[in-house]
Amino acid sequence: MFNVVLAELRKLRRPTLFLGTMGSALFFTGLITSFVYLMIDSPQGNGDRGRTISREVLGLASGSVNGFASVGGFLGIIALCVFAAQTAQEYTYGTLRNLLIRQPGRMKILIGKLVSMMLFAIVMITVAAVVSIGISFLLAPGANVSTELWFTSDGVDAIFTTFINVTISVIAFGIVGMVLGLLLRSPISAISFGVLWLLIVENLLIAVKSSLQSWLPGAQLSAIATGGAIDISYKHALGVGGIYVGVGALVASILFVRRDVAN
Amino acid sequence: MSNTAISVSDLSKKYDDRLAVSHINFEVPVGTVCGFVGPNGSGKTTTMRMLLGLITPTTGMGHILGEPIEHPEKYLSRVGAMIEGPAFYPALSGHENLMVLAKLGGFPVERVQELLNKVGLGDRGKSKYKTYSLGMKQRLGIAAALLPNPMLLMLDEPTNGLDPEGIQEVRALLRDLANEGTTVFVSSHLLSELEIISDYIVMLRKGEIVFAGPIGDLMAQQQPTIIAKSLQHSDLEKIVAIAEKAGHHAVVRDNSVHILAAMDWAPVLNKAAFDAGITLAQLAPQLPNLEETFFEMTGD
Repeated sequence: MFNVVLAELRKLRRPTLFLGTMGSALFFTGLITSFVYLMIDSPQGNGDRGRTISREVLGLASGSVNGFASVGGFLGIIALCVFAAQTAQEYTYGTLRNLLIRQPGRMKILIGKLVSMMLFAIVMITVAAVVSIGISFLLAPGANVSTELWFTSDGVDAIFTTFINVTISVIAFGIVGMVLGLLLRSPISAISFGVLWLLIVENLLIAVKSSLQSWLPGAQLSAIATGGAIDISYKHALGVGGIYVGVGALVASILFVRRDVAN
Repeated sequence: MSNTAISVSDLSKKYDDRLAVSHINFEVPVGTVCGFVGPNGSGKTTTMRMLLGLITPTTGMGHILGEPIEHPEKYLSRVGAMIEGPAFYPALSGHENLMVLAKLGGFPVERVQELLNKVGLGDRGKSKYKTYSLGMKQRLGIAAALLPNPMLLMLDEPTNGLDPEGIQEVRALLRDLANEGTTVFVSSHLLSELEIISDYIVMLRKGEIVFAGPIGDLMAQQQPTIIAKSLQHSDLEKIVAIAEKAGHHAVVRDNSVHILAAMDWAPVLNKAAFDAGITLAQLAPQLPNLEETFFEMTGD
């Protein structure tokens, strides 16, 4: 399986994909983190869905990662696109047959692909975390936000916890993308279905019936990144999100292992 | 070790109600070049996919290098294959594409440049695959198939898109590999090429085996043919009638009449045509080649 990971990393490190993805991640990280500080006094709010994150909250030990946690959902959508495209392209290019001839263990291919894309996602998350905390530190004085507690031991704990939560969330979004790639076998279909569902369909459903927020997959995975949301506890999000990801991964794995490769 | 590289028994593949491959049986001895021929849709690629573990047979069994096809992990490290044309990542270079497969299979990475040189892509290895011509893509596919230094090489139409020089190079490469002990199982529509390099032939028609065995046996089974051409195209049917009246099967193909008859019947035909007022432009007895035999046996 180690060979599969090495082979997959060769594909993931190509400049157009690697730099393009990192560029998108940095753009959203910079934009959203900057909003938190630049719009701190805005009546429209400075957080997700018009939420206000006050100076007092930002001045807490966990203040350095508020922006980073807010970016988690966007990083998740980027991961979903990358995982879906990298998986489904094997069908559209016809390269899956090459992979299976060189490594007939289909679960090894699947797990190797997942591990390599997880490594890719962790690099993206790490870069985003560093940039987000850096921007926060630079913009905090201008927004009259105290950074005194940010790098105390509690602050470092908060950075570590948020990093773990965002990583779990982003990788879970990625697995959803991979499942869609395996099921739909087309990058365009997998990405458009995933993004439309997460950004539009879920929001429409929640607008119609707010209680659905506790049960829809995208809402759970986003809540994991922020360590829980107002209406969704962290544990609930982790449990329900885990079930969605687990069942999807199981179904897709069974199909991948059993399905004929006829293209 | 078994002396058959490929052995297939009662192998079938059914899609919905259609049998793409129907209860086929054949064997390919180790160290031979075996041509795998059949019209489009006859089941060649489906058979190759079953042999490579990509699709599951509906019935039957097969063995590759002595191992059952239900366990491709036991033999694929010794098998090189290119089926249904080359398939690579367009945004990666030829070299990078081979590196992906070399890493995946755990093969020495030094082989990548060696193989690029071998297939004539040594100076284009750094170019992106999407910039390659069809012939270059085909060469890269052959290089990928050679990565494991295979004991069995399975190639599906390896000469598609190659120029005459490339076709000749591939032919020489396959022959050299066979001489070094590699078994080559190759499908192609270029039957004249297969006739030159093949020791064995497996012929499929509508999913069924029409012939499987040494190419010499196939040719020996065939009757010699007399090819007759007339000055007037309208006389071709009359020649067919003369041949059939004499009990010889005849068909019009490519503006000539192909008559299954021994050479000594040619003068008889010549006289009969003259008596019927037909002026023959050509009367050529010949032993059938693989192409003739293919048309005869597959009915295409």
